Amino acid sequence: MKKVVITPEVVAEHGLSESEYELICDRLGRTPNINELGIFSVMWSEHCSYKSSRRHLKKMLTKGERVIQGPGENAGVIDIDDGDAIIFKMESHNHPSYIEPYQGAATGVGGIMRDVFTMGARPIANLNALRFGDPSHPKTRSLVAGVVHGIGGYGNCVGVPTVGGETNFHRGYNDNILVNAMCVGHAKKDKVFYSAAKGVGNPIFYVGSKTGRDGIHGATMASAEFDDDSEEKRPTVQVGDPFTEKLLIEACMELMSTDAIIAIQDMGAAGLTSSAIEMADKGGVGVKMNLDKVPQRESKMTPYEMMLSESQERMLMVLKPGKENLAVEIFNKWDLDVAEVGITTDTGHLILTHKGKTVCDIPIAPLGDDAPNLKRPYAKPQELETLKNDPVIDPIERGTNYKDIISILITSPDIASKRWIWEQYDRSVMGDTVQSSNSGGDAAIVRIHGTNKAVAITTDCTPRYVTADAFEGGKQAVAETYRNLCSVGAEPIAITDCLNFGNPERKEVMGQFVRSIEGIDAACRALDYPVVSGNVSLYNETNGQAIPPTPCIGGVGLIKNLDRYASLSGAKNGDHLVLLGNTTGWLGASLYAHLILGHDKADSPIYAPPPVDLMAEKNNGTYIQRLIRNRRVNAVHDLSDGGLALAAIEMAFASKLGFEIKGSADIPVYAWLFGEDQGRYLIAVEGNSLNPILSTAQGLNIPAKKIGVIGGDRLIASGAFDLSLHDTHMEYENWMPDYMAD
Amino acid sequence: MQSAVIVFPASNCDRDAATALEKITGHKPLMVWHEETTLPKVDFVIIPGGFSYGDYLRSGAIAARSPIVQDIIKKAGTGLPVAGFCNGFQILTEAGLLPGALMRNKGLRFVCRPQKLQVVNTQTMFTSGYNNEEEITVPIAHFDGNYYADDDTLKKLKRTGRILFKYVDNPNGSQNDIAGISNQAGNVLGMMPHPERAIDPLHGGTGGIALFKSIVEAVQ
Repeated sequence: MKKVVITPEVVAEHGLSESEYELICDRLGRTPNINELGIFSVMWSEHCSYKSSRRHLKKMLTKGERVIQGPGENAGVIDIDDGDAIIFKMESHNHPSYIEPYQGAATGVGGIMRDVFTMGARPIANLNALRFGDPSHPKTRSLVAGVVHGIGGYGNCVGVPTVGGETNFHRGYNDNILVNAMCVGHAKKDKVFYSAAKGVGNPIFYVGSKTGRDGIHGATMASAEFDDDSEEKRPTVQVGDPFTEKLLIEACMELMSTDAIIAIQDMGAAGLTSSAIEMADKGGVGVKMNLDKVPQRESKMTPYEMMLSESQERMLMVLKPGKENLAVEIFNKWDLDVAEVGITTDTGHLILTHKGKTVCDIPIAPLGDDAPNLKRPYAKPQELETLKNDPVIDPIERGTNYKDIISILITSPDIASKRWIWEQYDRSVMGDTVQSSNSGGDAAIVRIHGTNKAVAITTDCTPRYVTADAFEGGKQAVAETYRNLCSVGAEPIAITDCLNFGNPERKEVMGQFVRSIEGIDAACRALDYPVVSGNVSLYNETNGQAIPPTPCIGGVGLIKNLDRYASLSGAKNGDHLVLLGNTTGWLGASLYAHLILGHDKADSPIYAPPPVDLMAEKNNGTYIQRLIRNRRVNAVHDLSDGGLALAAIEMAFASKLGFEIKGSADIPVYAWLFGEDQGRYLIAVEGNSLNPILSTAQGLNIPAKKIGVIGGDRLIASGAFDLSLHDTHMEYENWMPDYMAD
Repeated sequence: MQSAVIVFPASNCDRDAATALEKITGHKPLMVWHEETTLPKVDFVIIPGGFSYGDYLRSGAIAARSPIVQDIIKKAGTGLPVAGFCNGFQILTEAGLLPGALMRNKGLRFVCRPQKLQVVNTQTMFTSGYNNEEEITVPIAHFDGNYYADDDTLKKLKRTGRILFKYVDNPNGSQNDIAGISNQAGNVLGMMPHPERAIDPLHGGTGGIALFKSIVEAVQ
């Protein structure tokens, strides 16, 4: 092998700054060789080291009564009683998905599932939060098709239902789409596996696919901005094989049912390097590996390539001595590669040998815990105006009518039915999906197999709000997941976050990031709703143009008894429609403001988004849970994009019944219908429940008002519109198939 | 009634099939690994959905050549009741136990939805529990469900009452809206929809229950 000389150019190619390189030399007491440089570069990349974000993430609420394991492991673990645990996490695969949408999205799904089953959980649900560019952008359609195909291609084969998610379109994502995948798994509380490789002299096993040259430097790619040549990075995108993933799940589950495993870690970003180092670092041990033992797909692979490869469907595990044959037997049964590649040591060093020579010998501590922890400067938020409800924004004054407005809103890309997407996902495999995308509920509901309890799961973020005000937007993203879980009758337990931002070296972007985290944390604390896992994706930026800040939140809640849950499809003829929560008619940063008033234009003033009153959020949500548990409501829907009008219309679509809603005495009709005040729910209740619900609400200080009735086949809002349920529904359903067929 | 569910490396509806069998027959089925060469003595076998060997090459093609399927072919020939759902149907056509082939869906996309079916022939061991021309809803979830056979085969299937289920609103381009067929002897069923996912009002509805009850009645 030719010896590579470490020049300043080689250091720069590895994405390391001069000062970082000096630090490496200082820690080693010598210059690193190319293998060591490569290992440091991936471990200190933004993707693996969280060097821009770590100090801010540390402040977040991560503990709670039901939290078994918070951030720092492969995924978060919560307690759902009866010895059951739920293990979940959301992760981005943005950069690869833009470069190669099918494989990028597929391996995103594969990676997040491995994070979950590594910990001993059988995956029971996948969700995904997707952001694409403007529908009129020439690349958008093919990116949508490729990403959706990739998610389906992987999840469907592995046999885990894809039960929910969200999709937004905005020009701000034209050159940087977001693919955030979430996986939820179930394990027994006493059978959760961790990654700390405690103990010296234990064998290290490599299992799964062979190592090839794919994905080398993926982590470094995800830690840099794109430019016009990004597509040349295609070779750094990994290729997924869901068949192998399925085998790996079954084989790991089988081995986990024995007591052979001390520690286990999937090989994700930075592959063999990060898995070995994280396990050693957490276990306080050293690691010695013989790279000749690593199963290889290609000939003449160098140590550098093996250590940095991101070949998929691989795991590293530390076994109890004496259990080697058991592991080999199980992995052979599942036709997977298995090899003993090393041993844990007391040296505190990562030592790698190849063809009889030592090719790497570095201390582990600086790679992990001593990684750079930057204090990036960040900009203070801007002062925002509050949008006033005056005649200037009245549609009638603006010469449009409500029929057209409804049509624009329900056929807008963010609102229109995503059936085209979710029909490509197997939602019913495993036989426990109670609610999913096609049930129209606010959150997916997945039963714990063989029981009568379930988890509710949702993902949310409203980038429109975060762009205007990162703090309120961060709060709102958490609050909306909380509301969605309450809407189905679940007790919200914890969240995972996937924080997607631009280049943190720019202080405006760093400002968005820091303020969003503060907003998220404020909501977590007020709602007693901790963060248990997450992922940060920075550098979502092309040619200096950052994406809209998108801190995506995945929320998980518990439904203790499936005899009592709700959806938005249960409304019955003659039901009363009750609006819970405070309505002021807040239109700043609303969907109405963006689509009808044109506030999304680059030169438009930015108005404050609706503030989230976290106390009210908690009270209202708790009351909704109680109403569902007491079977007082037939249908529930939270109010979000498009306000009351769209909430009522979506309930009508799901329940296949029309409605008639009244106006408000104090609020102009457009603000009443389209305002996006937070913490609100629309509920359909039977006649004899109406008065008790209203009077209890009054006692709890929750604004509650009967605003209309369910029935017929017309969608009627007095003083505004009278539309055909059927025709409006068709419009809603047709946008996406028409768009994709063009 | 004793039943078996075949498990290929990437079967993913094996647990669903077992859950349905246990719920309706009251007995846990035997889970039979694909490398086995002999079926245990059972009254009924399900080849479940999933991706058997990753569905590389062609859906079901490799599975049809697995050791266990050779024994299934043999015993089906002597009258053992066998049902293949989704990937199981694909395997049965690849194994030659059922005529025709399942091609890529007409829309060239995977499709998962609650699907309305019409029960066409209720005079079979798999459908006797349904009413004639009854409409049921059963989930579908497949990429390769577009049933194809030559004209003579289609005519023969129709004439001999071997079309058991038809789609209402064909989701995949199948000829004559065919969703499920049986062999000549009537002891082998293949269908793309998933009756094992339709045994529970909380999940997928109850449209599949009568199918399992029909089988129980037939073999007891």
